[in-house]
Amino acid sequence: MRNKIMLLFLLIVGATKFSIAQVQLNAAGATFPYVIYSKWFDEFKKITGIQINYQSIGSGGGIKQVIEGTVDFGASDGPMSDEQLNEARQKRGTDIVHIPTVLGAVVLSYNLREVNKPIKLDGKTIADIFLGKINMWNDKRISELNPDVKLPNKSIIVVHRSDGSGTTYIFTHYLSKVSEEWAKRVGYNTSVNWPIGLGGKGNEGVTGVIKQTDGAIGYIELAYAVKNKLPYALIKNKSGNFVEANFKSVTAAAAGAIKDIPEDLRAMITNADGKDSYPISGFTWLLVYRDMKDKSKAEALVKFLKWAMEKGQAFAEELYYAPLPKAIVKLNEKKINSLTVNGKPIKVK
Amino acid sequence: MKELLVEKSYSSVYDKLKRNSLKQANNIRKINWGDFIYEKLTLFFAIIVFLLVVVMGYEMYVNSKLSIDKFGWKFLSEKTWDPVTEIYGALPSIVGTLVSSFLALLIAFPLSIGVAIYLSELAPSWLEKPLSFLVELLAGIPSIVYGLWGIFVLVPWLRTEVQPFLYEHLGFLPFFRGPMYGFSILAASLILSVMVLPIISSISRDIMRSVPSVQKEAALALGATKWEATKIVLANSKTGILGATMLGLGRAIGETMAVTMVIGNRPIISLSLFDPGYTMASIIANEFTEATSELYISALIELALILFIITIVINAAARFLVWSLERKWKKI
Repeated sequence: MRNKIMLLFLLIVGATKFSIAQVQLNAAGATFPYVIYSKWFDEFKKITGIQINYQSIGSGGGIKQVIEGTVDFGASDGPMSDEQLNEARQKRGTDIVHIPTVLGAVVLSYNLREVNKPIKLDGKTIADIFLGKINMWNDKRISELNPDVKLPNKSIIVVHRSDGSGTTYIFTHYLSKVSEEWAKRVGYNTSVNWPIGLGGKGNEGVTGVIKQTDGAIGYIELAYAVKNKLPYALIKNKSGNFVEANFKSVTAAAAGAIKDIPEDLRAMITNADGKDSYPISGFTWLLVYRDMKDKSKAEALVKFLKWAMEKGQAFAEELYYAPLPKAIVKLNEKKINSLTVNGKPIKVK
Repeated sequence: MKELLVEKSYSSVYDKLKRNSLKQANNIRKINWGDFIYEKLTLFFAIIVFLLVVVMGYEMYVNSKLSIDKFGWKFLSEKTWDPVTEIYGALPSIVGTLVSSFLALLIAFPLSIGVAIYLSELAPSWLEKPLSFLVELLAGIPSIVYGLWGIFVLVPWLRTEVQPFLYEHLGFLPFFRGPMYGFSILAASLILSVMVLPIISSISRDIMRSVPSVQKEAALALGATKWEATKIVLANSKTGILGATMLGLGRAIGETMAVTMVIGNRPIISLSLFDPGYTMASIIANEFTEATSELYISALIELALILFIITIVINAAARFLVWSLERKWKKI
């Protein structure tokens, strides 16, 4: 009898606890981190009962909704511009804080049946391939980088994303850093005016074109290259080493770039310092309001952000994202602790 | 729609008489309130459709104001589409849209008419039913499925078989030159032609079938061949078939997903059908989600406005064509 009463008591406590925690957060933004975010929101709900609804409508949409205040937080693959931050400040009356969550790598995949070991490329060569200045696989500049590989006498078919994307942003940002001509002629953005090449829609579109086209080269997210068993090039980094893209080399890039990361964490880490750093990688961010209005929502959000930094990072690798280096996690935690609700600090146990 | 197209080809004198007599009848009769409400209510629904079109046009105009003010008419003649320097021009995508759609029509029209003639005039009924069903089934396949089929079947086939063949035999024409990627205006046109074929053929079949069989039977009784009898049917359904073709063209112009997947997505203007291209609907679908700057979004909306206007103009032109041909044929 006593046990039964105990059980009933526990049930009631459990139920009330559950109903108290019934806070819902709405978010929208980038598609690139959608896989890990949905995993995080799922796991987080299991633990706390807090539901987070995320619409992966794209970074542009995410930024827009944050400015308009129609979501509790947003997500973007590219940092917001100063103008956008100003607009948000005017419209929402508070600053937007950038919180990097995970890292992603962009790899150069290719289709060369004759070659069975990864080829090596450096920044200038990649830029010239994408500018159309190098158009044969056995071009002197590629062979010099690959003395031990016999490259075929085939024309290079360049493939790029046709849709706007954070992947394109990271890749073109890298090319702008390593090639003056690229910076002058093309520049960087979520979509650019490509000098040459075929456009595929989405990572899956580019992957499809590469897979089918002999002699193709294109940039895709690491996960797509691994899952589709496409080879991808080793890229020469700032220290002169040829590095393969993987979780370690991407995290190393973020760690290598840390001294250049500004206080607001809006940083691109392409072509980062460090001998093991993979040069074409970048953060993806959550965009949160520095001062929030709703106390229970603010608490739920802070709770989630802290959980994502402490526990969430462990989910990254299995989903083909790279976890943040410890130093960035520390910076993030400082940022999270500076968030307020109606001017008061947010207390979460 | 189908009935409307058919009726048009019949004497409009009869229509006029009918309308006049109805008017007179209405004058004599006392007002029936039920009829009154019925008429006004349906009028209201009809107006809603009209308003919807107006509001859509207006909204697109307002939201693209930024880009219209900045680029003016140059937007239509500019060839660059560069989100980095924020220079936007619609010419390559307008050309891409029109070329791929008209080419699709060129391929699909003769096929569709052939299908329609066979189904309505010649096919035995045991074959006609399943064939009609299959044709209509084609119309119901989602465009993403066509797109995937395009990427995995059509494009490789074009690259390895069709394009080399065309280059070898017709390479002296500027349309069949250049590198063969497979992803091209040609691929887009072929996919579109498969997509519009069921629309044109099934509507044409219905129209041809609604031609009174007395006419055909009379011709056959006078010793006409099957082809001669069919010619009579075709002559009677000319305007209807034209209308069906325009519906098909409308579908081709607006098609997004399947085209994006095979056209290669490059905003260039090229004579060669082997080269990649871009269409307006594809640019919008591709870039809208990640467009962050105001001008960028505004330029994309202006593209939508142009697409909207082109669709209206083409439809109006088709109506005009049907109308003027009808008059000409009546005289004969």
